[in-house]
Amino acid sequence: MSELLKISGLHATIDADGTPKEILRGIDLVIPPGEVHAIMGPNGCGKSTLSYVLAGRDDYEVTSGSALFSGKDLLTMEPEERAAAGLFLAFQSPVELPGVNNANFLRTAVNAVRRARGEPELDAVGFLKAVRAATKNLSMADDMLKRNVNVGFSGGEKKRNEVLQMTMLQPTLAILDETDSGLDVDALRIVAEGVQNLRSPNFSALVITHHQKLLDYLGPDRVHVMAKGRIIRSGGPELAKQINEEGYAAFLKEAA
Amino acid sequence: MPAITETREQVEKLGQSSYQWGFETDIEMDLAPKGLNEDIIRLISTRKEEPEWMLEWRLAAYRSWLKMKEPTWAKVTHPPIDYQDVHYYAAPKKKNGPKSLEEVDPELLRTYAKLGIPLHEQALLAGVEVPEGEEARMPVAVDAVFDSVSVATTFRKNLAEAGVIFCPISEAIRDYPDLVKQYIGSVVPVADNFYAALNSAVFTDGSFVFVPKGVRCPMELSTYFRINARNTGQFERTLIIVEDRASVSYLEGCTAPMRDENQLHAAVVELVAMEDASIKYSTVQNWYPGDENGRGGIYNFVTKRGACRGARAKISWTQVETGSAITWKYPSCILQGEGSVGEFYSVAVTNNHQQADTGTKMLHLGRNTRSTIIAKTISAGKSDSTYRGQVKIMPKASGARNFTQCDSLLIGDQCGAHTVPYIENRNMAARVEHEATTSKISEDQMFYCRQRGLSEEDAVGLIVNGFCKDVLKELPMEFAVEAQKLLAISLEGSVG
Amino acid sequence: MNVITPIGRSLTPFAARLSGLKDADRKAAAGELARVGLPTPHVEAWHYTNLRALSGRVFSAPAAGFDEAAAQKALAGILADNGGLAGLPRLVLVNGAFAPSLSSAEFPAGIVFTSFARSPDFGTQTAPDRDALVALNTALAGDGIRLSVKPHVNAGRIVFISLAMGLEEDISFHPRHAVEVGEGARLSLIEIAVTVEKHAGAYLHNPVLTSVIAEGAHLTHVKIQHEADQAVHLATVYADVASRATYDSFTLGLGSVLARHEVHVTLRGDHAGVHVNGAQLLGGEQVGDITSVITHGAPDCISRQTVRNVLTDRARAVFQGKVLVERVAQKTDGYQMNQALLLSPTSEIDAKPELEIYADDVKCSHGATVGALDEDQLFYLRSRGVPDAQARQMLVEAFLVETVDLVEDETAHVILLQALEKALTERVGAPEKTA
Repeated sequence: MSELLKISGLHATIDADGTPKEILRGIDLVIPPGEVHAIMGPNGCGKSTLSYVLAGRDDYEVTSGSALFSGKDLLTMEPEERAAAGLFLAFQSPVELPGVNNANFLRTAVNAVRRARGEPELDAVGFLKAVRAATKNLSMADDMLKRNVNVGFSGGEKKRNEVLQMTMLQPTLAILDETDSGLDVDALRIVAEGVQNLRSPNFSALVITHHQKLLDYLGPDRVHVMAKGRIIRSGGPELAKQINEEGYAAFLKEAA
Repeated sequence: MPAITETREQVEKLGQSSYQWGFETDIEMDLAPKGLNEDIIRLISTRKEEPEWMLEWRLAAYRSWLKMKEPTWAKVTHPPIDYQDVHYYAAPKKKNGPKSLEEVDPELLRTYAKLGIPLHEQALLAGVEVPEGEEARMPVAVDAVFDSVSVATTFRKNLAEAGVIFCPISEAIRDYPDLVKQYIGSVVPVADNFYAALNSAVFTDGSFVFVPKGVRCPMELSTYFRINARNTGQFERTLIIVEDRASVSYLEGCTAPMRDENQLHAAVVELVAMEDASIKYSTVQNWYPGDENGRGGIYNFVTKRGACRGARAKISWTQVETGSAITWKYPSCILQGEGSVGEFYSVAVTNNHQQADTGTKMLHLGRNTRSTIIAKTISAGKSDSTYRGQVKIMPKASGARNFTQCDSLLIGDQCGAHTVPYIENRNMAARVEHEATTSKISEDQMFYCRQRGLSEEDAVGLIVNGFCKDVLKELPMEFAVEAQKLLAISLEGSVG
Repeated sequence: MNVITPIGRSLTPFAARLSGLKDADRKAAAGELARVGLPTPHVEAWHYTNLRALSGRVFSAPAAGFDEAAAQKALAGILADNGGLAGLPRLVLVNGAFAPSLSSAEFPAGIVFTSFARSPDFGTQTAPDRDALVALNTALAGDGIRLSVKPHVNAGRIVFISLAMGLEEDISFHPRHAVEVGEGARLSLIEIAVTVEKHAGAYLHNPVLTSVIAEGAHLTHVKIQHEADQAVHLATVYADVASRATYDSFTLGLGSVLARHEVHVTLRGDHAGVHVNGAQLLGGEQVGDITSVITHGAPDCISRQTVRNVLTDRARAVFQGKVLVERVAQKTDGYQMNQALLLSPTSEIDAKPELEIYADDVKCSHGATVGALDEDQLFYLRSRGVPDAQARQMLVEAFLVETVDLVEDETAHVILLQALEKALTERVGAPEKTA
């Protein structure tokens, strides 16, 4: 199949004090298997909304359009069904779960997803082995597994924890919502390597970012520029470089 | 909030099926006539073959009770209770009392088997297969109380070798009258409150524990209470005495059949800890909570109090309260000994029409006494849950410290969660800190978990268990597992 | 619930004045009082504050008229002591009666003033059937101030001084005040209650103030209570806050042997906000009680409460604060903090911060801390060369000033600071050391 994700004419609104406000105004986007795509755009253009709508957050209402994931209608699926189907969202602000042990959370999630995929669940030993290998790759301290999910984590630790979850859940499409924000150079490299390690013909990524740096590591196949709820320009990696040098102004003028 | 709406709908669908301990056991019963008067009390005392002083003690309690009124300060409502419409004595019929488990009615043993409580020491020992890499678990000695009567106490021989007495209190009154006489009513006086007075007059059984100087009780002690008969009240009385440098961990569990009528449970628990003694008292309370329309269920009016009499004594209460139509319960500590420590860890879950008004009292009398209160309240359905607690520091308690943390979680918009702390400090060299929060499970947390593949129910279960973690970790291992399951079951449908 | 009608204290202290009332409201209030009596500690709301001081006495109404020269002198003294007050419009009462000769003759446009005596109206906010002290006030109210600010008028600041003077033993007065702030209007009310003579008779001051804050309006209400050693001050304040309106209140309790400041705030419209802050600095045998009930009756409202107490000698402070969130009040944001410093081994604090919550999407928290001065802070100051007594005073002052700093109105803020500083010098000059 040449289309892992196919978004057509997607419109979505959010409730703003009783009146629906349109954030996505007709998104068209195709991501084939094995490709890394980047979405760039000024603040408020709808990038994060797109990621939430794809992951199934119910604050948003899809008013028209469609999104097919491996040929299935993504928009009618529950969030956990999307996760089981292979869609992973790395949150811009990972949520804290007080009292919930990180390792326990991860194991519960991994086994829920494996169950849904018809794969055998991991026992304690198997899980521990897998997670140790993953934390090592991400240069994460072992004690991060013992702490509560994201509680008291630094910005960098939270992002690494997201990549750890991504590694363990083995998605076919990862949406990284500004995963690079607030990271120093070393952390950025580790996160990028975490994503690179998953690169395969069966893994695609949609990277939402403001910065050239992460894209330098990942080498995206396509770059899309988003503004006012639409993709106004798509191109190769050179587009990211152009934005980095010239900013969005030129594109916005062009689109207006 | 569709997630919450959906779950509310599920609550409404929730039937009685969720209370899996609601079976009734068909056993021949010895029932006293309904009603309460001096003759009934004499009858109870006679059946129990009690000495005269015990009867006098009961009658004194009864006479105080007659002059008392039900307390009304708790945030609970119920129709008036007709105290004359209750059987005050119900016992499985026995032929001269079982001398060993083999003589116990097999139906009873099956009941306990259904509850998952192993009474056969053999079976229990045989069942302890230690999985590789795990530590061997301590066996648990069990006292099973069925309606008003203790039916079996296990491991008594092993305990006796260590010098520990663990037996039904009715037996202790006969066999260790001096100990009982010295301590009973010394922590909860007969006229302490309406329900305690009632209990003192009519209690029929309960557990007695005595741990002598320097002895660490070699195993966990446990009592399982079950109300079975109709129209009966259960009034058990527990007395635990731990001498200098001795320690014990005691577990208590309770269930009852599902019935349309409300049944009364008014227990009294007294703990005495001497110098450097330590008592850990854990409860998983799962009395029948009534159905989804608030019909039936146990009225659980319980007085629990511990006295830290000696220096550095420690009493720790841990409770997981998921059952009962009404819970009225304030396990307390009298911190008398210098440097003594009181702890209260509580999870109270209410769903449907349950009402819980529970908390603790920490009375600081001695110097450098310390207390910690961690209370987690979860309300769902149309229930109301109140934390009510008192911390009182008396003028001589210099250096006393209290820390209180009360957190409430509301699930759905038809329930209520309330926090009513009373903080009274009369010592400038004492420090009291109280924190309370009320919140709900955030949509962010739910979405995050579901994005990682967890179902809605699993997500809420995980978050609720996280919310209760500080309390659950205080429970002995076996109980913690049971408690986690209970939490999930109690909130089933309402949250998952 | 089985409600037992509390059998309260005898009404003998007021019996003569309560009989033969003609007005329907007053009669009804007297009837309620007769039913429940004056509250005893068995009444939950009065668990910690005992009114036995009122028992065994018979309170009469104050004599009409007052010593004009002495009053003028006292007023001048207050204005001189509280820089910033002199130029402001003012209302003065003497022993509960409005005193035109001491008050401003004119008010800025948009402010309507009348006295309760001239135009008696109890309004509908109070609950005499629930609050015995309000019933007492309703039955016996003689005078008071009635202020209303027309919509969209910024009325600025008004000073409201209540003088007690020339009082013999066992006098009681029960003034009834009402404030209305119209839609989009603003008002700062600075209330000062003082006794002119340092040692006065054991009188009772029992005011009730009702306030209505209309949509988008703002009311600042600051009160300094500094009545004499033997006085009993039992005040009740009501504030109804409409949509997008704000109520910023602060009470500073310094005087009286027995004082209670009870506030009932109801957030009736969405996006309203209230501050119900306060501080008490008590010594001797004083008992000071700050009690509040903040009811969130509408969604998206914010309430904030910080109350701090400093206690010396045998003083006792009471804090009762209930935050009630009704079913409709989703997105409530409520925060409450009560703290106390005990500076003597015989002082006492009783606190009951209470949350009663029926809405699920809320953020409510409360905290309470009680203890002595922080030894680490004290040591830190002393290690920097500050003498012990001064270090203690600095810490106590800082503790109280932090609450006063919550008041946004600049003039009110300055006046509170001045009052506090004066009281601190008198009270906490050299605190007793730890036993």
